[in-house]
Amino acid sequence: MIPNTLPQSLVDNPLLSDWVGFEQDGKVRVSTGKVEIGQGILTALVQIAAEELEVSPGRIRAVSGETSAGPNEGVTAGSTSVAMSGAAIRLACAEVRALVLAHGAERLGVPAESLVIEDGRLRRGGRDTGLDYWSLAAQIDLDRPATGSASTKSPTQYRVVGTSLPRIDLPAKIEGRGFIHDIVAPDLLHARVVHRPWQGARLVSLDEAAVRRATGLPVDIRREGDFVAITGDREFAVQRAALAARDKAAWEGGTPLPDDTNSPGWVLAQPSRSRVVDTGTPPAREAGEVVAATYWRPFQTYGSIGPSCGLAALSDGHLTVWSHTQNPYALRDQIARCLGLAADAVTVLHRQAAGCYGHNTADDAAFDAAFLATRWPGRTVRVLFTREDEFLAAPMGAAMVIGLSAELDADRRPARWTIDIASPVHSNRPGSHGHHGFRSREALPDPPPQPAVRNDNPDAAGGGATRNGHALYDLPFHRMIHHTVDPIPLRTSSLRGLGAFGNIFAIESFMDELAEAAGQDAVAYRLSLLSDPRARAVIEAAAAMCGWPGAGPPGEGRGLGLGFGRYKNRAAYMAVAAEVEVDEAVRLVKIWGAADCGLVITPDGALNQLEGGIIQAASWTLKEELRFAEGKVATSTWEDYPILRFSEIPEIELRLVGDRHNPPLGVGEAAMGPTAAAIGNAVARALGTRIRSLPLSRERIMAALLA
Amino acid sequence: MPVSADDALEVALIVNGTPVRVAGDPTRPLLAVLREELGLVGSRFGCGLEQCGACMVLIDGTPEFSCSREIGNLAGRTVTTIEGLGGGRGLHLLQQALLDEQAGQCGYCLSGIMVSGAALLARTTRPSRQDILAALDRHLCRCGVHNRVVRAVQRAGAAMESAAAEETGA
Repeated sequence: MIPNTLPQSLVDNPLLSDWVGFEQDGKVRVSTGKVEIGQGILTALVQIAAEELEVSPGRIRAVSGETSAGPNEGVTAGSTSVAMSGAAIRLACAEVRALVLAHGAERLGVPAESLVIEDGRLRRGGRDTGLDYWSLAAQIDLDRPATGSASTKSPTQYRVVGTSLPRIDLPAKIEGRGFIHDIVAPDLLHARVVHRPWQGARLVSLDEAAVRRATGLPVDIRREGDFVAITGDREFAVQRAALAARDKAAWEGGTPLPDDTNSPGWVLAQPSRSRVVDTGTPPAREAGEVVAATYWRPFQTYGSIGPSCGLAALSDGHLTVWSHTQNPYALRDQIARCLGLAADAVTVLHRQAAGCYGHNTADDAAFDAAFLATRWPGRTVRVLFTREDEFLAAPMGAAMVIGLSAELDADRRPARWTIDIASPVHSNRPGSHGHHGFRSREALPDPPPQPAVRNDNPDAAGGGATRNGHALYDLPFHRMIHHTVDPIPLRTSSLRGLGAFGNIFAIESFMDELAEAAGQDAVAYRLSLLSDPRARAVIEAAAAMCGWPGAGPPGEGRGLGLGFGRYKNRAAYMAVAAEVEVDEAVRLVKIWGAADCGLVITPDGALNQLEGGIIQAASWTLKEELRFAEGKVATSTWEDYPILRFSEIPEIELRLVGDRHNPPLGVGEAAMGPTAAAIGNAVARALGTRIRSLPLSRERIMAALLA
Repeated sequence: MPVSADDALEVALIVNGTPVRVAGDPTRPLLAVLREELGLVGSRFGCGLEQCGACMVLIDGTPEFSCSREIGNLAGRTVTTIEGLGGGRGLHLLQQALLDEQAGQCGYCLSGIMVSGAALLARTTRPSRQDILAALDRHLCRCGVHNRVVRAVQRAGAAMESAAAEETGA
C-alpha cells in the first residue's frame, strides 16, 4: 500500500496553494520543487496530479524550481523525486479535489458522493452540473494547510498513472527550443570565466594584449583577486578571448596535483578519517578459507554534452538568476551569502539544460553570472562554460578503493564479510555541510570561511561513499570500514549513483569470485544467499532473458556476466546481464535488464531512464577516467575523454517486473552499479582472468592478456 | 538582416530557404552567425571542436559541424538547420518519429542528430541498424537514447516511403 501519512515536502510546504492553483485559461498550475534535468520528472508529476485531480494532463502547467513561487523540496537528486514530490502532489491534489467536491455538493444541495469530476468538470448522474474547478476555486481558500486526510485513489483505479504519457518537454526540444542557453535578452552581456587550474592557484600574470588580439573585437577583461572574466557583446569574441586567456595566464602557488592523482596509491596516501560499522553476529570460531580482492573506481566526470550556462540580472537591488541548478533554494541562499545580499533579494528561476548526471557546474555558472551581474548592473549577464573548463573545473565523481574479504564457512558461504571503502566525499553541493560550493568564490578576494572538514553523506541519508556498501545478501556478520579521504585538494561530489556504482561493481564482482571459489554457478550462488523475494525475482528474470549461463567455456573471448543491486538498498531493484566479446578491447554484444520499481508512474519513462543508465554506466565501465598533468586535470576535450559512441551501443532488452501495488521506487540511478558488474563479470569470463580496476580499457585488457 | 557598410566583409548565403546577407569578421563560426545574428538557436554549442555533433547543420545537403566552419568560406552555400529541416511544411518526418519513439531525455544532442539522420534518410529510406550507427557516429549522446534514435530513424524512413507512395498514388 502507498502510505497516506504527510510526506516531508508537505510538512515543509504545507499550504495547498503551494502546490495547486486554477488559472483563468482552464489550466491547472501544479508546482514542484523538483526540476527537470533530462530525466522526465515533470511528465511523471503531471500524471500524478492529473490522476488525483481528474483533469486531462494537457490542462496542467507544471511550474518547477522557482524560488519566487514554488515549494522548497531541496535538491533533485538520489532518485527520490517521485517518492517525495509525487507523494506531496498526490495528497495535495486529492485534498483539493475533495474540497471542491464538498463545496460543489453544498452549492447544489446534493451529497458529495453523488458527484464525480471529469476533466475538471463536476458531473452528477451522467450530467454536467455547470460547475467546474475554475468556477468554484475562487470561493475556496487554498491558502490552507494540507491535512493529508483526503483519500487518494487506489492503484487499481489509475487511468493516467501507469500509462506512458509522452514527455511534456520533448516537443519543444525536437524543434530546437527549450534550453536555458537560448534565453535572449536585449541587454545580454556574454561572459566566460577563466578558471584556476588547481585549488589555491594565484594569478601571476595575464597577457591581456594577447587575449585581445585573439578576438578582433572589443572585450572587457575583469580581474578581481585570482578571478578572471571576459565579457563582451559578441559571444564568439568572448569565447575566443577566454580560450586564449587559458594559455596566456600564468599561475603559481596553491596545491598543484601530481600526475598520478587518479590512482589508488595517491588516494590511499591522502589523509582520512575512519570508522567501523558492524552488523550481525561474528562467527563463534575462526571460519575457513578467506577470499579477498581489491577494486578501483577512478575519478570520472559527468560530461554533459551541453556546457553549463547561467544568467543573472541586477535591477533595483534585486538579483534574478536563471540556472539549471538541482537545488534552486540552496543556490539562492548561497549566492546571497557569498555576495552579501539578503536571501529575499535573490530569485532563482530554474530553466532546463543538457542532461545532469550529478553535481555539475550549473551552480558555478549561476554564481559566476550573479557575481558579474553585480558588476554590470542593468545588464543580463550570460555565462557559459567552455568545454575545456567543463573538464578542468567541474566537481568530479569521487574515486574509490574498495577492499572486500570473506571468511567462508564449511558450505562455502560467507561467515564474516568485510568491506573496506576509501573514498573522498561524494557530496559537495552548495549549502551542504556549510560550504558555499562555488569555485569562483574561492578565487575572489575575501572568500567566506569554509569548514575545515568535509563530511560525506550520512548513511541514514543513503550514504555517499558507503552508498550500497552494505551488500543485500544474507550475511551473518557484516563489517564496513569507511575511510573518508579528506582533506584533499580536489572538488569531488555527486556523480549519478554516488558510491553505489563502485560498491556494486566491487560486491557483485566479488560474488562471482566467491561463487568460483565455491565451485558454483554465479546465479545459483547469489540466490542461495538472498532471501528478499523481489531481489530474487529480478535476478531470475535477467538470467532467463539472457539464457543464463550461456554457451561456451570461459577464457575464449566471449562471455556472459550478471550484476544485481537495489539502489541505496531502498529504491529500485535491478539485475543486469551483459554479453561481451573481448579481443584487444571489449565489444558489448547485448545487454538485458530486469527491474522492480514498484508502482511505475510512466513505464516508458522508466525504461528510458534504465536504458540510459545502462549505456552511461557501460561508458564509465569501459572508457572513462580523468587524467592529470602539469598540476591540473589534463583532460580537456572529448578526444581525451572518450565516451561510448553510437557504433559501440549494444542492443538492450528490458523488463519491468514489479507490482504496482508497491510504492514507487526511484529508477534514475538503479542501473549504474549492476551494469558495471555485469560487464566486469562478462569480461572476466571472456578473458579467463579478472580485471578489478575500472575502466576496462584497451590498455588494461592488453595488460591482462599479456600477464 | 544586418548589413555592413563594408561590402568586403559581407557574405550572402541561403539559410533554411531564405537568402540572407551577414556582415562582419569572416572568421567567425557559422554557429555564432546562426545563433547570435539570425536568431536560429536550435543548433547547439557543445564543444567548439567538431567532437560532439551538437552543432551539426546541412551545408548543401551534407552534414557539417557549424561550430568551426568560418562564415567567410560559405558565400553562396545553402545551410539547413533544425529549424528548417521540415522545409517549411511543419515537422520533418524524423522529428515526428523521435516524438513517436520518445527518443530523447535531455534533448541537447537531438538537433544535430536529426540533421545527420535526415541526411541519411535522403540517401536511403531503409537504412540498416549499422548504417544508422555509422551515420550518427560523430554525435555524442550522454543520456543514452541511442537505440531509440535508431528506431526513430527507421520509423521515419518507413513514413517517408508511405508518404511517397501516397503522393505517387494520388
